[in-house]
Amino acid sequence: MKWVVLLKQTFDTEEKIYFTEDGIREEDVKLIINPYDEYALEEALRWKEQLGGEVIVVTCGTERTHEALRLALAMGADQAIRVSSDGIPDDSGVLADVLAAAIAPLQPDLLLAGLFAVDTGSGSVALQTAELLGLPHAGAVVKLSIGTAAELGIQPGDERPYALAVRDVEGDQETVALPLPACITAQQGLNDPRYPSLPGIMKAKRKPLIVIEPAELKPYRPLGEALIKGQPPAGNSGLLAESDSYFVPSARTYRTQLSPPPPRAAGKRLTGSPAEQAEELARELHDVLAEALDKK
Amino acid sequence: MARTILVYAERRDGALRRVAFEALGAARRLAGDDGTVHAVIAASGGAAAGAAEDAAALAARGADVVHIADDPALGAYAPEAYASMLGAAIEAVRPDALLLGHTASGRELAPRVAAACSAGHIADVIAIHKDGEGDDISFTAPLYAGKALQRRAFAHGVMWVVTVRPNNLPPAEALPEGGKTGSVVELRFTAPTLLTTLRGIVRKTSGAIDLAEADIVVAGGRGVRSAAGFEPLQALAKALGGAVGASRAACDAGYCDYSMQIGQTGKVVTPKLYIACGISGAIQHLAGMNQSKTIIAINKDPDAPIFSIADYGIVGDLFEVVPLFLEEVQRLRPIPD
Repeated sequence: MKWVVLLKQTFDTEEKIYFTEDGIREEDVKLIINPYDEYALEEALRWKEQLGGEVIVVTCGTERTHEALRLALAMGADQAIRVSSDGIPDDSGVLADVLAAAIAPLQPDLLLAGLFAVDTGSGSVALQTAELLGLPHAGAVVKLSIGTAAELGIQPGDERPYALAVRDVEGDQETVALPLPACITAQQGLNDPRYPSLPGIMKAKRKPLIVIEPAELKPYRPLGEALIKGQPPAGNSGLLAESDSYFVPSARTYRTQLSPPPPRAAGKRLTGSPAEQAEELARELHDVLAEALDKK
Repeated sequence: MARTILVYAERRDGALRRVAFEALGAARRLAGDDGTVHAVIAASGGAAAGAAEDAAALAARGADVVHIADDPALGAYAPEAYASMLGAAIEAVRPDALLLGHTASGRELAPRVAAACSAGHIADVIAIHKDGEGDDISFTAPLYAGKALQRRAFAHGVMWVVTVRPNNLPPAEALPEGGKTGSVVELRFTAPTLLTTLRGIVRKTSGAIDLAEADIVVAGGRGVRSAAGFEPLQALAKALGGAVGASRAACDAGYCDYSMQIGQTGKVVTPKLYIACGISGAIQHLAGMNQSKTIIAINKDPDAPIFSIADYGIVGDLFEVVPLFLEEVQRLRPIPD
């Protein structure tokens, strides 16, 4: 089995954001593996331990991401791939195409990613990648089982590999079955990611960390059938095999402005006994409370 | 400039979600006076009657054409069926832009459709701007859950896919009396063979309002001290028709489910009223709620960081203050005998 994990390096969630003339200050900021990607990685490691195979983590970024990739290797991943973000515009569609081109030759059985990254919060790249690779997906997974369709109780006598995923749907839980190869995105609660052990950290230094320049990528074919029919092939997916050179698609979206959020100042401290405070609060909030009560 | 805009009008439990009207309102603005707004809704057999009512509601609020896709595969949300339905709607309408709610399903349909159509995707939009004198449109989306804001625009010539965050954009208003209401048509759509199949649903939230869409959120932190400690918060939320959320500390301590977590990990919420009970206000929590309209903080610790962003602060014991506040709320609307 080949378990491929999409990984993004992000600011630690406890970091404050400082603005400079060029954007957001990145020096002296603690960087981490996006917490949701860490759940995805942990899940891949657990299934590799049960069913065997190889865990490969893939990112697109600068050399600074090697820290996150080494950490993933120390946790137990077998190989790390970084596609250099040099010349890659900041756009989810371009990133997805570049990642799909890097992942397609790996022929993953399961592609795992976080539900979203804590920086953009959009959750777009992993599912665009899945679409370009023709993989079905289950999103916001909180419990995962891998086995044959027969073992998982999906179809008696069916020996094809399947994933059975419990997913969080705005608080409700839905169980879905999907044939491999497939993609899942990890939601909080899926597992408790491990800390790397000391031997793990030592071993990680000798594990392969491969850097690929975008120019070294090849056009790719989807691993599965296109799920949305009737659309022309996107990006480099579906290009003829004889075409040998990959092109970085042009950005479809771009940033025009970056700013701090409007400041928010401390308001009023209410005083008096708890009963008086509660009364004053209700008086101050009268309109919004009345509106809520009327709506009910 | 006149544009053709397609709105995915999401339904949940057989009814249109409020964010569908917010997306419709945005579509109206983006389309311009001479543009056309289409909406598509999913229905399945027996439930199609409700779909007709929903379609009429959309047509009365500015959708020029409402497309109803009726197929057994659309009975429950299934990503492949719904994405294919949107693919069919795009083929029928050839829109300049597709708008969806940034909801559990909207945020997974949007990237799939964007990739399939080589469209751009701008996610989690909280404001739309017409820049300058011309007709350049840009979209505000939060970064780091709102610690920063970015504006993004689409490159020339690409189709737009935009997901809008619930509770942030003004919903479409009903058209003036006597105005032209839109038409309702059937979308020709046959679902593909689905690879992913639904095996079961466990309803844990029956009847409860989704955290991201709630007007009022009552949230608990480490200060609630136990799962039972959430009871006064639930009572208050229920009285106000709101939802209950939690800080990471409360989730990590096992007082509640992770699906209730508000913060940079977890959900980002922007309700009209946010009542933080026993929440100290870690940076990652503040990022997830500091765009709420009015913030109330109730905490024993007078130095808790949450007070620095609260409109009203009460230094006190939540177990004392919250029930007293609930009494005040009930006094506003006495329960009829």
